[in-house]
Amino acid sequence: MNLNGKKVTLHDMCLRDGMHAKRHQISLDEMVNIATAMDDAGIPLIEVTHGDGLGGASVNYGFPAHSDEEYLDAVIPKMKNAKVSALQLPGIGTLDHLRMAKDFGVSTIRVATHCTEADVSEQHIGMSAKMGMDTVGFLMMAHMVSPEKILEQARLMESYGANCIYCTDSAGYMLPDEVTAKIGLLRSELKPETEIGFHGHHNLGMGIANSLSAIEAGAARIDGSAAGLGAGAGNTPLEVFVAVLNRMGVESGVDLYKISDVAEDLVVPMMDQPIRIDRDALTLGYAGVYSSFLLFAKRASAKYGVSARDILAELGRRGTVGGQEDMIEDLALTMAKEKGLI
Amino acid sequence: MTKKLKAVIIGPGNIGTDLLMKMQRSEWIEPVWMVGIDPESEGLKRAREMGINTSAEGVDGVLPYVIKDDIRIAFDATSAYVHGENSRKLNELGVIMVDLTPAAIGPFCVPPVNLKEHTETLKLNVNMVTCGGQATIPMVAAVSQVQTVEYGEIVATVSSRSVGPGTRQNIDEFTRTTSGAVEKVGGAKKGKAIIVINPAEPPLMMRDTIHCLTEDEPDQVAITRSVHDMVAEVQKYVPGYRLVNGPVFDGNRVTMFMEVEGLGDFLPKYAGNLDIMTAAGLRTAEMFAEEAANGAITLPARGE
Repeated sequence: MNLNGKKVTLHDMCLRDGMHAKRHQISLDEMVNIATAMDDAGIPLIEVTHGDGLGGASVNYGFPAHSDEEYLDAVIPKMKNAKVSALQLPGIGTLDHLRMAKDFGVSTIRVATHCTEADVSEQHIGMSAKMGMDTVGFLMMAHMVSPEKILEQARLMESYGANCIYCTDSAGYMLPDEVTAKIGLLRSELKPETEIGFHGHHNLGMGIANSLSAIEAGAARIDGSAAGLGAGAGNTPLEVFVAVLNRMGVESGVDLYKISDVAEDLVVPMMDQPIRIDRDALTLGYAGVYSSFLLFAKRASAKYGVSARDILAELGRRGTVGGQEDMIEDLALTMAKEKGLI
Repeated sequence: MTKKLKAVIIGPGNIGTDLLMKMQRSEWIEPVWMVGIDPESEGLKRAREMGINTSAEGVDGVLPYVIKDDIRIAFDATSAYVHGENSRKLNELGVIMVDLTPAAIGPFCVPPVNLKEHTETLKLNVNMVTCGGQATIPMVAAVSQVQTVEYGEIVATVSSRSVGPGTRQNIDEFTRTTSGAVEKVGGAKKGKAIIVINPAEPPLMMRDTIHCLTEDEPDQVAITRSVHDMVAEVQKYVPGYRLVNGPVFDGNRVTMFMEVEGLGDFLPKYAGNLDIMTAAGLRTAEMFAEEAANGAITLPARGE
């Protein structure tokens, strides 16, 4: 693979996707310290919100240590060069949340829908674009449909005003050839000025390989996370990815030593559990299940005595999508009843 | 003299047609008109075949017949944009409006919780909230009738096929309207609503999760009884309304997991979200008819 001379924008996830792995309990100090250090390391874009995006604070997804407003207000004024992005899922967050994010100085809005439901994002993408923000359409669970379907949905988001479209491997299920096919089709068929992005999860250990395939096929933005902190087995570990990019001659503008210090000195010590491919995270990638289900399944397993792996495999069989965290306790209860445990 | 109240359905789409089919079984409501704006509409054609008068001139097409045909109830299954005018024109003629759009110009109505209040005071426009609201607010109310609910949160998961373009273009409206009704009708001090659309094939049945955070430690026995009683109330008009799991008690959290299977009249059975709207709308109209028949209320006077 020859990527020599290519340029890529790296987008850090550890303060948003990493919120899943931290049960949304990252402190304001941790947020500010990590964001500041990443800014210094040359990371151009950092995502900050509840793990489930603006307005994600809930019983269903977890109440965060602080509100989105408090996190954004703490982090954004401290940034010298880095910009801050916010995720928003229509059905959870609303236009009011987008206005709030804009007021707090967020520069990039990423509107996320399931990969077949882009038409629920028209209002949100439209408003974000109208407010002059860098507007990203984020198609989640992209492994579930064909490249042609992804393209059809991407075109909707593009028509609403998105200037960048993401193919998002929320389950960490995709393999490099699939990434090549999907990103490649988006690159060849969307407007030339529309950027393409890839967001990976490391549940099958493919974060780096998939991200390289994405760049080769035309992606200009790649999501990763310092020390991989993110849902499931985490996101593409940024410090490793920067090292690989350096060796391959891809320009990211990120300082390898500084980002590896962020990972080692700031992110790893804050982890509640090792971010690794344990048997449950592996099941996410193998069965194609939304990565943030991991800790919910582990908790339901502990409470009701059924295996987290069995819960996750069944959720995959049922075709659950992002946001259906409520189905985990529900299914665990049903499985426990069937086994005569309750 | 028949006790049945005569009705007009505005909007010959999926919701309007399903309502029409349900009304064929009603002891209290008799559909006599269906109006739309497209003369070629399948819904109007179907209604004509069923012996219903139709007009493709919208609400204006039925206005001359309101008094003559003694129309007392209207169901609006169009859109929030035109509902206001539809309601004004029909209310002027003394027709009670059951609003199935998100317009919500009248008070929210969730039959087993607050319908009685609206019939007693003869509200001329009642709004049926949202599908997610109809499926979940009875459960919030079941808890808040026992003790104070600080916070009520509902998650409605619906099949992609059952979500029409109107809802998709304004999904914030679902969130806003439903969370408002979780407070106003459900009785939670603060409400939140989440909607998830799932494209699985075959389509999944509507699922709803209701989380309540009670102010004090939940009274498990009383809440469990109240929840089961309320499920039985909803089942009177939506037989496929089921408590799958719960109530689950975890500290001050009380959670119910529901499934809503439709009757499959015109809409498929998995679209319990749409069925519970039409069933609740019809139930509402029937209550007005029952109250009028037993003399508890007097319908608006009609000129000669």
